Amino acid sequence: MIRGIVRYVDERSGGAPFFRKALRYVFPDHWSFLLGEVALYSFVVLVGTGIYLTLFFKPSLAPVVYHGHYLPLRGREMSEAYESTVHLSLNVKAGLLMRQTHHWAANVFVAAIVVHLLRIFFTGAFRKPRDLTYYIGLLMLTLALLEGYAGYSIVDDLLSGMGLAIGYSVLMSIPFVGANLAQLVWGGPFPGADDFESRLYIVHVLILPVVIGGLILLHLTLVAARHHTQFIGPRATEKKVVGTPTFPGYAPRSLGLAFAVGAVLFLMGGLIQINPIWQWGPYHVSQATNGAQPDWYLGWLIGALRLIPSFDVTVGNYTLVPNAFWGGAGFPLFVFLVLFMWPTLERRVTGDHAFHNLLDRPRDAPWRTAIGVAFFTWIFVVFLAGAADRMFVLFGLSYQAQIWAFRIVVWVLPVVALVVTKRVCEELLRGEVVEARRKLVEAEPA
Amino acid sequence: MKRWLIALLVLLLGRRRQRPLVDEDGRIVPPGGPDRRAENLVLLLFGAATVCGFAFPVIYAWDAIPNQTQFLGLALGLALAFVSAACIVIAKRLVVSEELEEEYSTTHPDDEEALEQLVDESGSRFTRKRLLVLAGAGAGTALGAALLTPAASLGPVFDVSSLYRTPWRRGIRLVDELGNAFHADDIEEATFYTAYPEHADREQMGAPLVVVRLEPAALQLPDDRRGWAPEGILAYSKICTHAGCAIALYRKPTFPAVEPEPALVCPCHYSTFNVATGGQVIFGPAGRPLPQLPLEIAGGGELRAAGNFSGPVGPSWWGVRNHGARP
Repeated sequence: MIRGIVRYVDERSGGAPFFRKALRYVFPDHWSFLLGEVALYSFVVLVGTGIYLTLFFKPSLAPVVYHGHYLPLRGREMSEAYESTVHLSLNVKAGLLMRQTHHWAANVFVAAIVVHLLRIFFTGAFRKPRDLTYYIGLLMLTLALLEGYAGYSIVDDLLSGMGLAIGYSVLMSIPFVGANLAQLVWGGPFPGADDFESRLYIVHVLILPVVIGGLILLHLTLVAARHHTQFIGPRATEKKVVGTPTFPGYAPRSLGLAFAVGAVLFLMGGLIQINPIWQWGPYHVSQATNGAQPDWYLGWLIGALRLIPSFDVTVGNYTLVPNAFWGGAGFPLFVFLVLFMWPTLERRVTGDHAFHNLLDRPRDAPWRTAIGVAFFTWIFVVFLAGAADRMFVLFGLSYQAQIWAFRIVVWVLPVVALVVTKRVCEELLRGEVVEARRKLVEAEPA
Repeated sequence: MKRWLIALLVLLLGRRRQRPLVDEDGRIVPPGGPDRRAENLVLLLFGAATVCGFAFPVIYAWDAIPNQTQFLGLALGLALAFVSAACIVIAKRLVVSEELEEEYSTTHPDDEEALEQLVDESGSRFTRKRLLVLAGAGAGTALGAALLTPAASLGPVFDVSSLYRTPWRRGIRLVDELGNAFHADDIEEATFYTAYPEHADREQMGAPLVVVRLEPAALQLPDDRRGWAPEGILAYSKICTHAGCAIALYRKPTFPAVEPEPALVCPCHYSTFNVATGGQVIFGPAGRPLPQLPLEIAGGGELRAAGNFSGPVGPSWWGVRNHGARP
């Protein structure tokens, strides 16, 4: 049987040598190498559940009156987009399961990418020859953020409309060309032309997923072409990679992870409510809900938008930089610029142009680790500032006092993190030297 | 040329020496003993996954079941979890664990050189390379511009005049959600009302208003807005000048002593506008005051607009200070 299949495939593709190599391809083993796989499998779940959702969703802003069985919305005018999503959630069997799983998978997808990025950064895996792989990964992160935003924006519930208003305003705020770009993208002043909905839809269900899928392929091809990095070991060196072969060792493990990711996502989708859009109601320009929070991965932008004090940069009557630019566009652009530039910057400063197949432990590169911790602390404090209104509701802390505190902490804490991290790394390294010497001395009498 | 191709091929093939994949016994995968208990466990897990998998269609068909979504998620999630556990048991206990070594691939200096030479020699007949590259780049740019031009049909990219436009002008009545006219007597202190222009599209940023009432003595409007707030009734654009959300909080009078003035607050980023002074920003990110609409009280006590807003409505852009609001 196996011989028959193998022969059939080889005769038609000539692929036997390739498969023989591929099945014995070596995967180095470390738990942190699985983070990217979690993102990959979340993407698979996203595509699967997403295809199901497209079969019920109507990407149209045409007004309809709700006559479904959810009483609070009866008789309300809403868009077909919102109505079809409410219908999918409340009347289509398994519809809510699929929609909630899709939403949870989006949150997990971005989270897995971010944690994966942290792993890559702090172990120095982005160094030559894998810098290109790293850039592609960063590009996928930006696209994943856009994709998530487009996804919860097409529903046209109250929250998604507010998110779009903010997105429109941020685009408007780009110096010199913002208003023109916003008119182009929205097809007119907010809330835009009716076509905007179907354009956003095709971006969400076709254009971005196909681009992300293509980049995933490229990313994985590059990983395979240079082999995975590894931590140093008795046999694991810069020249030799040591690990488990694809088959039979690695395949069931990875398959186990794939099913585990699917299990967690469907359990969450079934048991933990997310974005109950029938409670928000349809979007109208004149309406907003209090205490609105976006999906977690946009929290850093909300935080940045809220932290910036009141000012527009003007030259005479000309508004050079409207306020929303700083938090909504300038901040994320700067963050991604730093991340994209980091491999080059590090090469410049250290003069290290060599190949690196062995990973650093974070302590092995104290400066990189310290700067990285400071940088991500900075972003994290901004992210927390985005939750200040929740902290007001939960703990009664004055919102304005919190924002003033955050405006200070956001600059102080990264510096503290930098100094502490650097010191911890150096002490850990020094401790290792002492330990090695002690072992040497103890071994001598014997 | 032919020689180079052959050389390339030889280099490519020469590199692909197969390393021995077979050990002395003729096995590729090293041998190992059986593990009946692990096998039993895998059988058990597959069995559990089968039960959960079949439960899904049963729950799906069972209309009377409460919390169907939760049970569906549980069935599918558990089925996947059991398969996952089975895979992991197979990986850890049943499949022979091997540790293989492989060389990290390196660069190929010979091929790199050959490629460089190939490109170099291919261009040896060109005498004015720079000019040709320049001309090619010009053609490419023009072609790109031509292909991008249709995108301009997406929206009015060069016309931003509509951003200044609002449906308000002198005499337009303020109506509520159901279209009933607002009267001055309807407006009470310490709360806010959402008003729309009568007979106008409400789904535009220029349309919705927040209306509040203050003690006339508490007003501190700028001199050029005298008479904009008859009986202390003030109307502002409901759209925040920061990021376009609708203003949905009126801070009066329950806030702590540090935040005393009655103010309108946007729930998105907490831009806070002082209603007494004409919409000035007193906290939060907004870079412009909230546009105020002048009001008048008509004969029957109805509230009407006495003109257009004090400035363009909605989020700021490069031209937001160039003109006022226009009808």
